[in-house]
Amino acid sequence: MPAMLLDLLRAARGAGVVISVAESIDAFRAAEVVGYSDRQALKDTLSLTLGKTLEAKRTFEACFDLFFQREMVSSGETEASSSPRGEPGEAGEHDGLASLSNMLLDNDQAGLAAAMEGAADAIGASNIALFTQTNMFAWRILEQMGLPELDRDIAHLRGEGADEATAERLEAMRAALGTQARTFMERQLTLFSAGTTREIREGALRNVRLSQLDRRDMDRMRVLVRDMAKQIATRYSRKRWQARRGHLDIRRTMRRNMSFDSIPFHTIWKRTRIDRPSIMVLCDVSGSVAAVARFLLMFLYSLADVLAGLRAFAYSNHLIEVSDILARREIDDAIEEVMKVVGFGSSDYGRCFADFSEIAMRNINRNTTVIILGDARGNRNEPRIDIMKQIFERANRVIWLNPEPQSLWGTGDSDILRYEPFCHQVTSCGTLTQLERVIAEMMQQAQ
Amino acid sequence: MDTYFSDLIPTIESVQTGLGSTGYIPSRQISTAVFLAMRLGKPILAEGPAGVGKTELAKATAEFLGLPLVRMQCYDGLDESKALYEWKYGKQLLYTQILKEKVSAVLGKDDTMEKALERLHEFDDIFFSPRFLEPRPLLKALQEPKGAVLLIDEIDKADEEFEAFLLEILSDHQVTIPEIGTISAIVPPVVILTSNNTRDLGDAMKRRCLHLHIGYPDAKLEERIIDSRIPGIEASLRRQLVSFVQQLRGLDLRKLPSVSETIDWARAILLLNASRLESGVVQDTLNLLLKFEGDMTMGGRSINEFVHKALRESGIED
Repeated sequence: MPAMLLDLLRAARGAGVVISVAESIDAFRAAEVVGYSDRQALKDTLSLTLGKTLEAKRTFEACFDLFFQREMVSSGETEASSSPRGEPGEAGEHDGLASLSNMLLDNDQAGLAAAMEGAADAIGASNIALFTQTNMFAWRILEQMGLPELDRDIAHLRGEGADEATAERLEAMRAALGTQARTFMERQLTLFSAGTTREIREGALRNVRLSQLDRRDMDRMRVLVRDMAKQIATRYSRKRWQARRGHLDIRRTMRRNMSFDSIPFHTIWKRTRIDRPSIMVLCDVSGSVAAVARFLLMFLYSLADVLAGLRAFAYSNHLIEVSDILARREIDDAIEEVMKVVGFGSSDYGRCFADFSEIAMRNINRNTTVIILGDARGNRNEPRIDIMKQIFERANRVIWLNPEPQSLWGTGDSDILRYEPFCHQVTSCGTLTQLERVIAEMMQQAQ
Repeated sequence: MDTYFSDLIPTIESVQTGLGSTGYIPSRQISTAVFLAMRLGKPILAEGPAGVGKTELAKATAEFLGLPLVRMQCYDGLDESKALYEWKYGKQLLYTQILKEKVSAVLGKDDTMEKALERLHEFDDIFFSPRFLEPRPLLKALQEPKGAVLLIDEIDKADEEFEAFLLEILSDHQVTIPEIGTISAIVPPVVILTSNNTRDLGDAMKRRCLHLHIGYPDAKLEERIIDSRIPGIEASLRRQLVSFVQQLRGLDLRKLPSVSETIDWARAILLLNASRLESGVVQDTLNLLLKFEGDMTMGGRSINEFVHKALRESGIED
């Protein structure tokens, strides 16, 4: 049984459920307690021990059903194809034949299914990774089950035994068995390889340049971005008060204990108040960054979703606050709307900073982190460095994330090098991995 | 503990009937979770929307097992002095005041500072002994002689440091108090944690728990729950109520009505002496089900349609 469980765990991992070794040990122990006879109870049990989020639970349960469906299908199909002829109960009649031939003639479905599982185990069928391997694996299963012997039996019956009827029956069943093995392998493929392909794809997505992102990858990217934003937010959301145990607040203790003749019955300890950092993000959606604008907005949306108190702005030739749109709309609608209102204009950083200063400058204080996402290509308009300087002086941190690689900074109409002195940090962030690293670092420093 | 529990609950079904006898109607998954939690000695982490019976599960479990329920409500800023133990500062100070003379009598014989200090050292553990220890919920749960059901409510409201601090208790059923040492549980408590998922819990925490997700019940289960909570209600009315609420959950509401809201609403309908659902009555009592202005407007629009369907489903033409 545990071997079966191990396979199931592998299939679940493949489907994207994160299962640690310790969790699989827990699962084994739990399964021992509940037993294997009641499938529903087993499913509930494993889902309780393995699935740690609602999403993971659903994935796991689907995987569980698929895993056990595999067995049922493989026995169901052959029943239909061979039951009219073979009658069970003729066992032992066919002397001198190989065990596989006997099982086929006896229509021993349980035996055949068991033999197939055994053969699959022996050849390591769960290692299948690619669609093109299906036939090869199916063939190897049949070989392991004793196909050569079966062929020999058929030839023998045709030649010397002169039992043409039995030979033909075996021939038909041999074909059915082949189909069955292929179906079996196809199920194995969906079970065990889903994860591998996805992992490869996601790994690649994390490191692809954002400007070269394919449209069809947007969906997957959205999930990645969301996960990342949520991870960052949970890691750095902090409590407002931090009790500093060990430092007595003498003034307040004395006052509190005046009624006891200032004998300190109630002690009061010093606490430090920590303000939640307020974050303002300015996101470029102009024509020059059109390729990454949607992605940057997606990131902005996810971040606004998980970080309370984040103010979001979008700009191209002018700047507006979009916190409201992001909060109200679903992600796709929100992005559409922002793009409709300010998108695709030709950048004018000077004007945008002037707008920003008007809307939000008075809210920038020493707790504020300002993040600017953009390429700093202002089409040779006045860059208004003075406003940038003012922001820099008021804010706690100013961070500029530029989707362009560093080698292009300062070329053509790029003003990034002029803005650079007034930023605490300027970083190129062309890929998701880079973006994640930068934001995580930033949050850490803010603490 | 193993034998005690395996006698009391030999199977998952026995948990189901046991919880049922306290008036809590569990789904199959919930019973499995409780069964496993007691057999494996692992805590249950119950997640789900507010009002689906997470806290109630702990109460029912305690009642069913005949164990005391120790409840700890989590909030931002909760620390170990409120959750685990605290020294009784007041008592310590009072005793030092009372014992002042005793102390000088004891120390009086020693003429040098060193000697007095030496003697004082012999007594220093007196004031940091279990006698001056104020047990808070966690310690109390460990000290219950027959074990307890420990409910750690809304763990997601506490901060991450506290979550990390809980790990020792959850996995080893013991706590460490620097001045005294490690205190182990007499009988490991059955631990149930609840979370409304306002933030993601750490992986270490999740790993140690059986993760139970309690969602909204289906119509059949909800009817049974209503039946158990409000015994006097007529079957037909009950079906109408549940059908209406189930339909309401299909809408895009900010806060979907939970089981607890259904129960409150059913009570209200009974109080109003309604024998069947009518749009007017529903309109008047809708604020028991929906808690936001926007939800009320949206729900209000569909009342007629939903009532109609609810009546049809329970075989009444209107």
